[in-house]
Amino acid sequence: MSKFRKGGGKELPAISTASLPDIVFMLLFFFMVATVLRKNDVKVAQILPSADQTEKLKKDRSVYIFAGKPGEGYKNLGTEGKIQIGDKFVDVNEVQPAILEEREKLRDELKDYVMVAFKVDKETNSGLVYDVKQELRQANLLKVIYITTQTEDAVQ
Amino acid sequence: MARRTAPEINAGSMADIAFLLLIFFLVTTTIEKDRGLVRALPPDTPTELTPPIIKEKNLFVVIVNNDGELLVENEPMEMKDLQEAAIEFLDNGGTPRGQEGYCDYCQGKRSLSSSDYPDKAIITVKSLRESSYESFITVQNELVGAYNFLRDRESERLYGWKYTDVSAQIDEGVYKGNEEATKEKLDIIKNMYPQKLSEIDPKQ
Repeated sequence: MSKFRKGGGKELPAISTASLPDIVFMLLFFFMVATVLRKNDVKVAQILPSADQTEKLKKDRSVYIFAGKPGEGYKNLGTEGKIQIGDKFVDVNEVQPAILEEREKLRDELKDYVMVAFKVDKETNSGLVYDVKQELRQANLLKVIYITTQTEDAVQ
Repeated sequence: MARRTAPEINAGSMADIAFLLLIFFLVTTTIEKDRGLVRALPPDTPTELTPPIIKEKNLFVVIVNNDGELLVENEPMEMKDLQEAAIEFLDNGGTPRGQEGYCDYCQGKRSLSSSDYPDKAIITVKSLRESSYESFITVQNELVGAYNFLRDRESERLYGWKYTDVSAQIDEGVYKGNEEATKEKLDIIKNMYPQKLSEIDPKQ
């Protein structure tokens, strides 16, 4: 037996963690590819209504309009529904210049196919949304999409 | 000189660095998964233009009040019955057989007091100013659902596939087959039940 016992009682060798970075890097690359950087800092409440008959948003040709009551950190603005385009709050009569300014950020060849995406909190008055839509009609931006959360069946 | 193997470099901190980067990306990015209801707004027309005259029976009026309750064709209605009522209205095909504008693919009741032809049937939604956006979306969703149901039914009858499935596949870019030919078929189905949804000014 002594043949096999060289150097007395050995400790267990340390487990190699060399592959751990590889695994984490793989995760990292997955997230880098599958996600995009946040564009806007949303300053209004955003609990979207749910719907099941939805279509996918074409990201490259859409501009966002956010609406809802002011979110955390903007409570001093009251509880009335507010419109946010880009990074700033706008009034209804400022919607047109603000949305055209946003449109300028799109790629040239897609500017004529611009789609306006409404991300509106579900407790907002629909009158406010209607006003925004009237402004869009005047600006001749007629394609809109109401962003919703996806459910199997919207009516319970 | 004794040959020595190169000492192993301790890679333990590499994992920490990678984790830091990973967490950074987790917080600063989002996975885009926006979906929604697509709608085309009517163009802005001068007010002096007189609107075309629409027969009362070709109009389906949905009114949403401030509490999210529905008044459909002057009758109160539950949200869950709305889709069925809309399907019945769109699919009615009220023009009698033999007359111009007879709908040969409609399977409705052919009531003379409801819509003549799917192309003429118009659904209008009026939501009061103070009604919530959620109820507005739910109504829109149910109405789009009615159109999708009818389009699915017709595309299955004519081509053996569902309109919504195939158009979603084309949207995602995963459709296998001749896309151009299929798009033509989709257009045929679309024109059988064209989406005619309008909104009335809530101030009126």
